[in-house]
Amino acid sequence: MGTLQSLSDEPEYRELAEKTGFSFEQIGILHKRFKQLSHNENTLRRADLDTIPDLACNPIRTQIIEAFFDKRNFHQNGDGTVEEISFEEFLVVMSHFRPPALNMTEEQREKVRREKLRFLFNMHNTDNDGTITLEEYRHVVEELLSRSGALGKETAKGIADAAMLEVASISMGHMEPDEFYEGITFEHFLKILKDIEIETRMNIRFLNMDTTTLCNRDSSSIR
Amino acid sequence: MLLSRMVFASLLQYLERLHPSQIANESCLASHHVHPNYTKKAFPVLSLDYHHIQVPFEISLWVLLASLMKLGFHLIPQLSSIVPESCLLIVVGLLVGGLIKLAGEEVPPVLDSNLFFLCLLPPIILDAGYFLPIRPFMENIGTILMFAVVGTLWNAFFVGGLLYAVCQIEGTYLSQVELLPCLLFGSIISAVDPVAVLAVFEEIHINELLHILVFGESLLNDAVTVVLYHLFEEYSGAGEVTPMDVVLGVICFLIVSLGGIAVGAIYGILAAFTSRFTSHTRVIEPLFVFVYSYMAYLSAEMFHLSGIMALIACGAVMRPYVEANISHKSHTTVKYFLKMWSSVSETLIFIFLGVATVAGPHAWNWTFVSVTVILCLVSRVIGVVGLTFIINKFRIVKLTTKDQFIVAYGGLRGAIAFSLGYLLDKNLFPMRTMFLTAIITEIFFTVFVQGMTIKPLVDLLAVKKKQEAKRSINEEIHTQFLDHLLTGIEDICGHYGHHHWKDKLNRFNKKYIKKCLIAGERYKEPQLIAFYHKMEFKQAIELVESGGGVKLPSAVPSQVSMQNIQPKKLPPPVAERALPQFTKGREEEIRKILRSNLQKTRQRLRSYNRHTLVADPFEDGWNDFILKKQRLIELEKKMSNYLTVPGATPDSPTMCRARLASDPNAFYNIKASSDGVPTIQVDLASPQSPDSVNMLNEFSKRGATGQGLGQREGADRDEDQGLMMKPAGKGEKGEEEGGNKNPGLMRCLSDPGPSNEDEEDEPFLP
Repeated sequence: MGTLQSLSDEPEYRELAEKTGFSFEQIGILHKRFKQLSHNENTLRRADLDTIPDLACNPIRTQIIEAFFDKRNFHQNGDGTVEEISFEEFLVVMSHFRPPALNMTEEQREKVRREKLRFLFNMHNTDNDGTITLEEYRHVVEELLSRSGALGKETAKGIADAAMLEVASISMGHMEPDEFYEGITFEHFLKILKDIEIETRMNIRFLNMDTTTLCNRDSSSIR
Repeated sequence: MLLSRMVFASLLQYLERLHPSQIANESCLASHHVHPNYTKKAFPVLSLDYHHIQVPFEISLWVLLASLMKLGFHLIPQLSSIVPESCLLIVVGLLVGGLIKLAGEEVPPVLDSNLFFLCLLPPIILDAGYFLPIRPFMENIGTILMFAVVGTLWNAFFVGGLLYAVCQIEGTYLSQVELLPCLLFGSIISAVDPVAVLAVFEEIHINELLHILVFGESLLNDAVTVVLYHLFEEYSGAGEVTPMDVVLGVICFLIVSLGGIAVGAIYGILAAFTSRFTSHTRVIEPLFVFVYSYMAYLSAEMFHLSGIMALIACGAVMRPYVEANISHKSHTTVKYFLKMWSSVSETLIFIFLGVATVAGPHAWNWTFVSVTVILCLVSRVIGVVGLTFIINKFRIVKLTTKDQFIVAYGGLRGAIAFSLGYLLDKNLFPMRTMFLTAIITEIFFTVFVQGMTIKPLVDLLAVKKKQEAKRSINEEIHTQFLDHLLTGIEDICGHYGHHHWKDKLNRFNKKYIKKCLIAGERYKEPQLIAFYHKMEFKQAIELVESGGGVKLPSAVPSQVSMQNIQPKKLPPPVAERALPQFTKGREEEIRKILRSNLQKTRQRLRSYNRHTLVADPFEDGWNDFILKKQRLIELEKKMSNYLTVPGATPDSPTMCRARLASDPNAFYNIKASSDGVPTIQVDLASPQSPDSVNMLNEFSKRGATGQGLGQREGADRDEDQGLMMKPAGKGEKGEEEGGNKNPGLMRCLSDPGPSNEDEEDEPFLP
């Protein structure tokens, strides 16, 4: 605990805490993890994240890793991707998964929900044109089902088509035969996912517990 | 004629000799004795022998009474909206008990503990366990366990201890009540009762979180109650409890709860394994579910482990695998039988409570009873508030004050407390009757007062209600996506949170367990695909049931069709432009009808033979259904979404059943069909077929907007031409590919996985 206490004096931590809403202990823990992943350098690269063994069996790992390097998630109105990120940007991306505070007004809740859904939207909307097209959505479903063997492509397409149809009908109501539904805009995305309580589900428990020694291969025992 | 009369006469003579009530017992006309002193009386043509059938008759009478009462309540809507069913049933029980007493008969001890614990309770618990929503249960398991274990312990000791203190006060004449009996009484009365909670919460439709919290608590506190009960009962004779006994009690608690769960899990796995081999004897599949579960309960009770936890574990463990293996109809059977038995059980329990109130010896003591009621309420509130304070530190979604109030107020007591009290030995516990009176009063208070007022309070406090919305495919996709995302983020953080472990468990499950327990190739089917097929299947069924008419289920988009979302590739060829266009809604209908009715149409027109016994055409033909659907999708692509061929006759459910009853062999002949052309063209191309004509008329009758009728018939023929030409070669290839690639798509209900939608509300096959 002694080492962690001294961290609260560091001015950069204070700034980061204000920016992202994490507590000092949480920032300390995440900093340790960042250093471990980046092999004690100041920046993190895609290759560093690729080395995490548990991530290997995740069907959407590429998208997750991409999300870290996506400038849209850095809250700086940026665009495009970067090759390496600093600790601050890492923290900003992580802050999307912070649980909401207990006493929040309805507006604050709504803001948090929008932020989290925007993160998800950016993950799907890879070409950054403001809408999720059918191709992108198909890609999402294919990736999700990619671990399940050869059952694939046709069913994935069918599912994606059905899902798109549903979004279109909920958002647009009636459409003429000649009209073409370009893609899911952010507003439509909000609408179809309003029943999943994103602000309560998309959270990681960043409890502030002591970390024991970190070993290089395995992840730390942060609880 | 003469011969038969002789036979008849000799038969009569023989029967004459027997005592009337023995006639039924004679299984064969074997050795019989002729009394030498027997004096012949007139042959009893009609005799009454009530004794013979008394027990089953009375049981049936009670069940009938319970069911008729249930019927009656629902016919009077005003009554059932104000007063919860459980209250009315207790009142009925009181009336019946009163009637029996007035008739001078002794009121039978109907809520006999054996009957209750072995016959009436298991169906309710099995129903709860089998349909337990696993996902919210596991997400909140920490909270539930805290409430169940720590909360019940707190309640027991608080109530017991304070009661003892009150008893020691001068002037209450209760000083002979010792500490240990008080604590025993406290432990009996402190447990929240699952039957009462279910009965009341079912009607208030509260949100899922609160429901699962209170309900989960009521299920899991059984272990605590069992241990405390036995502990205090054992040592009431000795008069004291040493620290050693307390330690043993804790160990006993662990053994009771974990042992119960283990027993249940073992039986669950056995049931799952057995169901793997039942593909040839579908009729007895539901029996395995029931018998294995009941045996789990009995085995647990044999060792004095927690039978309730065994039942829950058994139901929860076996469900995903059994459902992947058993047929559609067996699934429906299991569901309806469980609902039926649990419903009857619940009704009977409440009626018997009423009767037992009238019957039982009572010893009313104002102080004791009133203090009990007040203390129970107070201790519950304090317990919930205190525990929530601690729990909220660990929860992501905190429990608000409103939630706490509902959890506290929803802690109802019920028949389990009464039965446990009934089990007490009269000799060891002279104040047993007083205890029973107090227990009954507490039950009445919670069920009547709390049960009746909880609904208006829920409305008053504007507590969030259960969301009735159907699960959409987008939500399902994103739920899965979120799961993987959160697991990934946890891995990046290096944080072994519960997503990580859940993911590991799922992978282990998929890799090893499912292979053993699920028959055939179905274990490979991931949850998303299963969900998708299930939804399609449901939509198809709904469409058929609604007569395939204009009114589509709300989940199906009716105004937007596939072409709106497909990017336009080529301008459609001129020939197709000339065809009349249907509205989007019509297109969707048609598509859906086609998909669902395709094989049925074919089957009907091939051979109509109602004498062939149907195995399960809906299920066994699923594979072909999938193949056809895929062919259809390919066809659609060719035609760029102008599918104007009308589907099969939109039938009423009766017709649907009749068609299903016809020859299912048609299914299996499809691949062997000589023409090699897909079935679509066989029936629909011939307008002479009365059915197709009817169907066309039906469509026109259903008020299609602004489409010419005459045009339609012509269009069909053209369209059929179009259809016939296309897939001549494609069909075979698609079939083979489809056949090889998709063995796993046979079942639409395989492995719904941990996220269960509210299955109870969905329509299944008629």
